Amino acid sequence: MSLVLAAVCIAIMVVMALALARSFSSPTVYDRILGINMFGTKTVLFIAVVGFLMGRPDFLDIAIVYALINFIGMVAVLRFFEYTAPVE
Amino acid sequence: MTELIDLVLLAMLALTALKIIFLKDLFAVVMLFGIYSFLSALIFINLDAVDVAFTEASVGAGISSVLMLGTLALTGRTEKENKRSSLLPLLVVTVTGAALIYGTLDMPPFGAANNPVHEHVAPRYIEESPKEVGLPNMVTSVLASYRGFDTLGETVVVFAAAIGVLALLGVRREKTDNVRQSGFTDHYVLRIIAKLVIPLIILFALYVQFHGDFGPGGGFQAGVIAAAAFILYALVYGLPSAFRVVGPKFLQGLASFGVLLYASVGLYSMFKGGQFLDYNKLAVDPLAGQHYGIIIIELGVGITVFAVMLSIYYAFASQTERGNT
Amino acid sequence: MFILDIVSSALLIAGVFFGLTGAVGLFKFPDFFTRIHAASVTDSVAAILIIGGLLLQTSFDLNTAKLLFILAFLLITSPTASHALAKSARHGGLLCLAETTNKPTDERPHD
Repeated sequence: MSLVLAAVCIAIMVVMALALARSFSSPTVYDRILGINMFGTKTVLFIAVVGFLMGRPDFLDIAIVYALINFIGMVAVLRFFEYTAPVE
Repeated sequence: MTELIDLVLLAMLALTALKIIFLKDLFAVVMLFGIYSFLSALIFINLDAVDVAFTEASVGAGISSVLMLGTLALTGRTEKENKRSSLLPLLVVTVTGAALIYGTLDMPPFGAANNPVHEHVAPRYIEESPKEVGLPNMVTSVLASYRGFDTLGETVVVFAAAIGVLALLGVRREKTDNVRQSGFTDHYVLRIIAKLVIPLIILFALYVQFHGDFGPGGGFQAGVIAAAAFILYALVYGLPSAFRVVGPKFLQGLASFGVLLYASVGLYSMFKGGQFLDYNKLAVDPLAGQHYGIIIIELGVGITVFAVMLSIYYAFASQTERGNT
Repeated sequence: MFILDIVSSALLIAGVFFGLTGAVGLFKFPDFFTRIHAASVTDSVAAILIIGGLLLQTSFDLNTAKLLFILAFLLITSPTASHALAKSARHGGLLCLAETTNKPTDERPHD
């Protein structure tokens, strides 16, 4: 079982790296925001899986905090984006 | 396995840092700073430092990003081109970095059992903490009881930051009540979901506050999460609505109250015949006294941090409102 | 508990598969609005499958409740964030693919 969890861990990290690559080089600025949103939700899943892999389910509290902060960060980015016109 | 995860996370961290340096669009830079905080919190989790990861996630990725975005709304969005050559700074940085790395070669091996840092203070805390303080979470017992004076200093520093920001910027209230101008006025989905989600976030903040004795958490993290809930309300419904719910004057009073609560616990224990912040004197049984002391000062820390974060956000956001109406 | 492990592993691997296809879709799709479709749909499905797989690993205690809370929160807020992003992009003037290519009027699909 821990082998499956380790494989899932590595696969989620690959997904996170791909989302990060999307936010590095993107045609519009909205693509960057999309990449970061995906990075955030995948991080929540990553922490949950790592917690079960290491046998420390305390990590679930941090996963909840990440989900909250990801959402609030997205709302803040979209809100303040209204004030500055898009460059592209 | 953990080394592999560490390596990949550190590589992503380095790539993010390089991209931050070379990007000229400051909006994307702020978002990448949020990612940087997420990644460093993941590294802390991998190092089994759960409380630190908690704080890093909530403060670095949450509050700092929101405040930097608020600043960006006032200043420009792109960085100025740097015309001068950066060869000399690069040389200075390389020489300094090489000297520092050469200095670390003399340190004891990482994680060895007989390092000096593991020998003297740490085993005493680990062995004596269940008998003297009796909390399952040893980080809280060190933070709140053994090093309680340092935590009082941290709380005062946070309070001083609020004083600095409020003295420099101040919170500007609008003369007229223009509720419809700010906030997401036509995003119906977002407004309803925010109404659903904000009570859950406040409930979770209270859970983190009072559960800090048993798991990761404590006053600081709880204050930041509660402030994030109210910041979400201010983002979605507009700043004047947020002022009506929790006013700036009330927040200033709340911040001072938190610090006073903390300090008065210390004074009360002096009044009872012990030293400053000696929790053993707070009750007849010293262990119960420790528990009372820790709960009350964590409450003080949480209240102060909540009020300070929300005040700083009000100060930044009201500048934006003033500049764009 | 062997059957529980098998079902849990199957759910986890399925969730990872959806996550990977979503990440690949971020690069392959031609337009922003199609990319947001790929990202948000696969995000929700991957979250359900992976957290479902982890739920089978817990004994019925506080961790089960926390995992269910995480799942509920992700399912409520992630589509909302995507919706807000798409609305903001449309408000900012981003055109979808059908509007950027200049088609003559008699070739457009009748609706």
